[in-house]
Formats: sequence, structure tokens, C-alpha cells
Amino acid sequence: MTPRQPGRMTARAALAGLAAALPAVACLAQQDGRQDGRLSGSAFMSAETREMQADDAANPGMLSVLDGEALWSRKEGAAGRACADCHSDAATSMRGVAARFPAFDAARNAPVNLDQRINICRAEKQGAAPFAWESPEILALSAYVGLQSRGLPITAGEDPRLAPFIERGRGFYSLRQGQLDLACASCHDDNWGRLLGSSPIPQAHPTGYPIYRLEWQGMGSLQRRLRNCLAGVRAEPFAYGAPEYVELELFLMTRAHGMVMETPAVRP
Amino acid sequence: MARTLINIPKQTRRGEVIEIKTLIAHPMETGFRPLANGSLAPRDIINRLVCTYNGEEVFRADLFPAITANPYVAFTTVATESGEIALSWTDDRGQTQTETVAIKVE
Repeated sequence: MTPRQPGRMTARAALAGLAAALPAVACLAQQDGRQDGRLSGSAFMSAETREMQADDAANPGMLSVLDGEALWSRKEGAAGRACADCHSDAATSMRGVAARFPAFDAARNAPVNLDQRINICRAEKQGAAPFAWESPEILALSAYVGLQSRGLPITAGEDPRLAPFIERGRGFYSLRQGQLDLACASCHDDNWGRLLGSSPIPQAHPTGYPIYRLEWQGMGSLQRRLRNCLAGVRAEPFAYGAPEYVELELFLMTRAHGMVMETPAVRP
Repeated sequence: MARTLINIPKQTRRGEVIEIKTLIAHPMETGFRPLANGSLAPRDIINRLVCTYNGEEVFRADLFPAITANPYVAFTTVATESGEIALSWTDDRGQTQTETVAIKVE
């Protein structure tokens, strides 16, 4: 036995204290070992919730994915066409697609997110009425399309035409708003890993949307989550589909560029 | 018909302890949630899950209003012989949904 070295013991005690203060961070490093310091929301979850997400028989988001799979081949609208009639097998045609949304839409000269893209397809190709925001159908289809990108890196924001919209999203992210006068960045850049109430603040990388959120006991889109945050800082949320949300989604996806897609993710 | 996810090993050895994992889509309306007009949403939960193995009951659970939507229930049993594992969920409206899975025991 070497004699006790007070200096080393102090350092060890300090490390233990740090680990206790930042449990989420400690488990993240083990989990995906990223070098650039960016952490998915799943890194801040309990081991039980991570297990639930990883097991397709326990992940409740998979129920929505199954609904989406059925919708994919259901004939819809005046054209009587199903998604599968044009796109055939989603496993090949939709591979990596969700990872690059929101994408630039030339006809609208603006970015559209995946939900909007699905409804554009419904209106223009199927002659069907759009699905309502947050309806089980739109969440199911986007979860099913999203699943085809699971495990692939996020590639959103690479189109140069998106640059001005990304900048607007970045501006919104840093804009202090609401009665609490907080910007997204105040929590998710400056204070991530610390606790808000009893919940760790994640880095706000939208890696797994649409998600099954345990608090909601159901599926929800990134816009639903953004509305939550806006209401949380006592700001007035925009209506679903507002350009501000799409630009912010685009900025967040660009910020998470290269991170791995987890759709359908489970979040606490 | 509600969507279910059932995970049972398709093939196993006699005497082996197998895990049966079940998930069913259901709102599990507690009966305590007020609607916009102030009245309470009527209770509608799955109140019972029964698992039979070749007709013999091997697991039963009573469920209550505090249980989450889309309830996940996992349990174990001993693989005795090849046959059929049936899972039945019954809700407050008296409707029962049964799903069967074949299991091969060597």
C-alpha cells in the first residue's frame, strides 16, 4: 500500500462530486463517445428510458410507426393513389429523407418541414385534404418516414438556398422573449446539463422527432415541443406551421448536422 | 382493433424461462380529466390483461386508472410445450382484444 496522498484524495473527491452533480453528462460520454461535445437528448435520460427507446417492442413510438406503415399503402384522395404508388418501398425511397428536412421548396421559395411536405404531397399528388397538425395520421406518417433515417446522420441545411432561413432561425434562437425574458440559448447553450426543476436541460438537438413523450403519453412533433418551450418562458406561441417555427426547426437541425437520427425517440 | 406490439421468443428449449413483452395502444382515460365544458371524460381503461399458454392461464393483471396510456406489461413464464400463447386485453366498455403468438419448444 502506498501512503495516503492527500492531494490525490482531494482530486478524487472533487471528481466524485462533479460526477454526482452532472450524472447526465457522465453517462453520455459512455453512451456515444462523441468528441465534439454535442449530446442528443437521450444522453440526459435515465437508463430505463433509454432502454425503452432502444427496444422496438417496448418503444411506444413504434405503435405510431405501424400506423404510418399502414397509411403509406392506403389509397387516398381524388387521385386514389397511395404514397407507395409513387414512392414504392419506403425502406429504400425514404432512406435519409427525414434527416435532411426541413428542406427548400422551390414552389414556395421557403423551407418546409416533413409534415408540411407530406401534406403538400397529399394536396398536389393525391388530391386529398391535408392532415391536421398533430393529428395521429400526420405523426404516424412522419414517424414511419423518420424511421427510415434511424441511425443515419442529420444532413439538413446543406442546400445553399436555405442560408438566409437558417440565419433567421439562429436569430430566433438567440432572441430573448416572454415574461421571463429568456432566449432558447439562455437554457440550451448556457445552462445545458443543469437542472430545471428536477429535469436536466438538454442541448436542444432535435434528433428523434416525432417523439413519444412520456409526459404527453403520446406522440408529438418538434413544433409541439417548441410551443411548450415558448409557453414555458411565458411567450405567446405561434400558430402551427408559422414560418418562425420552420426556420427555428431548420436552424436546430443544421446545428445538429452530423448527429445520428433516433426517430421514433422516447423522451421523458 | 388497437395496435399491439408483442415480443415472445419464437423458438426456445423446454424448461427455459421466457419473457413476454406486451404493448397496446390505448388512451387509458382515467375518468378524472375535465373536458372543456367542465364535465369529466368518462373512464375508459384497459382493466385486465390475461395470458394463456395452450389454454391454461399463466398470467393475469388488473390495471387501474393511474396506469399510463399505451400500457407496457412484461412478465415471464416457463416454456413447457409447443403451441399458442394468447393475450387478451379487456377494457371498460367490455371489449376484449385477443392476439395469439405461436411458440416452438424443443
